[in-house]
Amino acid sequence: MNAYWQCFSGIVMREWLRFVLQRTRLLSALVRPLLWLLVFAAGFRAALGIAIIAPYDTYIPYEVYIVPGLTCMILLFNGMQGSLSMVYDREMGSMRVLLTSPLPRAFLLASKLLATSLISLLQVYAFLAIAWLYGVQPPAVGLVLALPALLLVALMLSALGLLLSNAIRQLENFAGVMNFVIFPMFFLSSALYPLWKMLEASPWLYWLCAVNPFTHGVELVRFALYGQFNLLAMMVCAGLTVLFALLAVWTFNPQHAAVRKAG
Amino acid sequence: MNALQVSDLSFAYGTRDALRQLDFSLPAGQFASLLGPNGAGKSTLIALLTRLYDVQCGEIRVGGHSLQTSPRPALRQLGVVFQQSTLDLDLSVEQNLRYHAALHGLSRRQGSVRIDAELARQDLTERRRERVRSLNGGHRRRVEIARALLHEPRLLLLDEPSVGLDPASRLALGQHVRQLCREQGISVLWTTHLLDEVQPSDALLILHQGRLVASGPAEVISLEHGGTLGSAFNRLTAVGACS
Repeated sequence: MNAYWQCFSGIVMREWLRFVLQRTRLLSALVRPLLWLLVFAAGFRAALGIAIIAPYDTYIPYEVYIVPGLTCMILLFNGMQGSLSMVYDREMGSMRVLLTSPLPRAFLLASKLLATSLISLLQVYAFLAIAWLYGVQPPAVGLVLALPALLLVALMLSALGLLLSNAIRQLENFAGVMNFVIFPMFFLSSALYPLWKMLEASPWLYWLCAVNPFTHGVELVRFALYGQFNLLAMMVCAGLTVLFALLAVWTFNPQHAAVRKAG
Repeated sequence: MNALQVSDLSFAYGTRDALRQLDFSLPAGQFASLLGPNGAGKSTLIALLTRLYDVQCGEIRVGGHSLQTSPRPALRQLGVVFQQSTLDLDLSVEQNLRYHAALHGLSRRQGSVRIDAELARQDLTERRRERVRSLNGGHRRRVEIARALLHEPRLLLLDEPSVGLDPASRLALGQHVRQLCREQGISVLWTTHLLDEVQPSDALLILHQGRLVASGPAEVISLEHGGTLGSAFNRLTAVGACS
């Protein structure tokens, strides 16, 4: 058991050191959601009125509405980017070293997913701190309760990223992931607009949003940030995390990529 | 017991054969050079030996443990230096080694003891806090060898370790690893496509188009196939030589 703990803590420590040493990584992770918050939301607050919907108990400005979605956007980008690099780094670089560990491959991959998810949380809380200074101030207890919710969503998205990267050859570069995964998941969700607004616009778009795992991730975080528990979102996220992780570990095989290249 | 036993090993990328029915063994404490032109199948063999790829046909045993059925004890006995550097350039020498020690389940205390010993052996103690990025190619390779030996493996695989090194560093690296082999009793499999890295006393394996076309002491192979290693290699790897 001790060997497992040593291994896991070593993987987390390495991710932490890389995060600390690559200061631009934090900056670039924050620029994207801050642009949405400080520019996009400011422009749209006049156009979009948000009715009173759970978990909010009053009318809220648009900036308040989109902060949970933007925290999940950080997790979505990090999860996809991290998983993609795991797959295409596996024939050289750090993944080869990781895979020479005698511990089970499933444990190594799960540890890696968890370690990158933990580092993503640091970026999320740095964003929440800036949002706080900007005036979006969820209750303090919500910031604590959001931690497990954010971790679960980070794991779900990282596992999904690894699964998609294993399965789909076309996702060999980040542009492909942006166009075919990140943007559709982000825009077809409740991150930027409540689903009832989408229902008014188009029922089938509404249903696409409703079944999107990212929507459930955003709602889990949104409710947790305001001290409430969204059972449906939690069950969907937990179930999908387990499913995606199992499938991702099962389908992770460097040989497949090599055979595809050779073919 | 052999440090490495490869039996009837074949591998294909889809319909293209990369390795065909390889059979060889490496006794404890032996230095073996695996020589082959580019595309001979050396990298595929290393990928199979390090469990990056799954064995499709045949068997690999490391220290008597099957890589397929008992990967944990097999991988514990295996140290690897990959062709392309796998060090984290932004981390220090010590941080890179600590990461590897953790991957092999060594406690912090065990890791410290082993790191001290390997850095001293590689004459890198003074540089332990330096970032890897600041080291030259020869020193980086030595860090990778120190890393590969941290968990005290019985078999060391080096996949074209001299790539990118100047002639003096190449020579020093070869001497250093042979010395390790003699003094520590570690078995070494050194892959290369450069003839001058093979010494007459080495055990030699020549791979061509996925087949093992010669195996035995380098000087014997040289004598049997033309007198010099160069002529033997050219004869054995000539187009169609193994078809």
